[in-house]
Amino acid sequence: MPPTASPLRPDLLRIAELIEPGTRVLDLGCGSGELLRYLEDTRGVTARGIEIEPTRVMDCVAKGLSVCQGDIDEGVLDYSDNHFDYVVLSQTLHLVSRPRLVVREMLRVGRHGIVSIPNFGYWPIRLALLLRGRLPRLGCFKRPWYDTPTGHVMTLNDFRHFCRNNGIAIESQRRVASPGFLAEHRARLFPNLFAQLGIYLVTRAAPAPTP
Amino acid sequence: MAGDAPQPDPHLQRPDLPPWQQPDSVGIVQTQYHTFAEPPHPMPLDSGATLGPITLAYETYGQLDETRSNAIFICHALSGDAHVAGYHSTDDHRPGWWDAMVGPGKAFDTTRYFVICANCIAGCSGSTGPASIHPATGRRYARDFPVVTLADMVRAYKALADHLGARKLLAITGGSMGGMQVLEWSIMYPDAVHAIIPIATPARLTAQGIAFNVVGRQAILDDPHYNGGNYYDGPPPNTGLAIARMLGHITYLSDDSMREKFGRQLRDREDLSYDFGVDFEVESYLQHQGQAFTERFDANSYLYITRAVDYFDLAGKYGSLADAFARARARVLLISFTSDWLYPPTQAKEIVSALRANGLHFAYCEVPTRYGHDAFLLEKDTLTRVISDFLALEYSRALRPEAP
Repeated sequence: MPPTASPLRPDLLRIAELIEPGTRVLDLGCGSGELLRYLEDTRGVTARGIEIEPTRVMDCVAKGLSVCQGDIDEGVLDYSDNHFDYVVLSQTLHLVSRPRLVVREMLRVGRHGIVSIPNFGYWPIRLALLLRGRLPRLGCFKRPWYDTPTGHVMTLNDFRHFCRNNGIAIESQRRVASPGFLAEHRARLFPNLFAQLGIYLVTRAAPAPTP
Repeated sequence: MAGDAPQPDPHLQRPDLPPWQQPDSVGIVQTQYHTFAEPPHPMPLDSGATLGPITLAYETYGQLDETRSNAIFICHALSGDAHVAGYHSTDDHRPGWWDAMVGPGKAFDTTRYFVICANCIAGCSGSTGPASIHPATGRRYARDFPVVTLADMVRAYKALADHLGARKLLAITGGSMGGMQVLEWSIMYPDAVHAIIPIATPARLTAQGIAFNVVGRQAILDDPHYNGGNYYDGPPPNTGLAIARMLGHITYLSDDSMREKFGRQLRDREDLSYDFGVDFEVESYLQHQGQAFTERFDANSYLYITRAVDYFDLAGKYGSLADAFARARARVLLISFTSDWLYPPTQAKEIVSALRANGLHFAYCEVPTRYGHDAFLLEKDTLTRVISDFLALEYSRALRPEAP
């Protein structure tokens, strides 16, 4: 199949930039397979996906991808340790019921993890909470609290804190800002306030040297 | 497709035309026969016995392309036959058993692919089985027919595919027992198939699966007409065969689908009979299915084929399931159905683990459905979508010589 050069969503493009060519990539919650298709076409990676939604799995099949219908929340992935170079959790971590287990598994089967998370510390969210005392309806939090698959909300700082306390090293980070005056610049300076989305390349931290 | 003449839209139904002239029908088809393994070269069987000569009844649809890379072999289920699509005559009211999936513009598009389906050995729809004449005795085999395995059936299928010029198949597919044969095939002849589509199948029969077969066989064996299998000159053991079929049908449905289809509805009556006639719709349905089955199926074939299914165990045969698929090369589209409790998704996931362990390129779909095991015959739209997409890509890959 000739690669159809459809434009990749900006946040997925940032994720793709973190991935070395010719590597093995697993996308947890791969959706319709846009990222994996792009990576196979442009980076020559060996791509594998897991997706829970049957129609999206079929979308992946139509793209010629190796995808497995399944629930990443069921826990242990039946892959051996370090089977993949990269395991991707693209806007998925806040949806799973056991995030810590999923991250642990991700970093067991993969040498690196790439996690993108919607930032609950984004300033319009803070503003809405401060002024109206109500949850805002924007970005990943568009749907009301009682009708959203979002199981967990976190800020970028919360995620960094989580990494520090769970033996996870952040190797590199990217952020996605909403369009606007100096948006990129502000998001780089104060990500937890101005970035809509944080993208982290993580790995297991080296064990602390024993004295 | 870049055709020279304008093609009629295969999806357009024409109410003015009979079923066999619909644009998406393969039309009137004929069963053909191929005989091989003739003396002195009978086919060796897993049991150590041999079988020959072997005749396979088969049908083909579409044309083999110039590079011989568009052949698809369909393996039928327990009670199936070679007649997968189309009609045998203009008086024929029932199309082939997977007509919804095979034809112009359908999932197995006969304008693109060369589709083969054959009746398995030990069957009773034209292929060599217990009701065939034993060449050594001039009488029917009956219980002198050797016990065969699914792998033996696949060996015979492979001989037919080779005979038809399809040495490397684009795809092998099948549901239920057919799916088991697909898995066997991909391991026995790893270089002779490009892609496989096993549907609603486990990698080994569980105790529960064997148990249902045991009861079905016992009903036949205990039928007073069974006579040690030599019933061909008298009344056949139809009571036992019908009971076996009734039990089978229960396992093909689901609690939900039976509620939906029958509920507790009474059959042609207002009140309970307080007797043992046919009170309920579901009773009538099962009796009808059992009865109808005896008109087209041989009881000995039922014994032999269910025995072959009992013996199906890829993990046992190759040491472990991961070891079994270590030889496989095919790209895989594995499909299971949520409400299938005979061969449930949990068993498909064991196959997934083995495919993963061997780094095979596979896609696994778990189709949401209420139809139970029968979904592989009924979930036409979902299967059509996923299978036609998969095949289109695999066909273009197969045509590229550098494709692995």
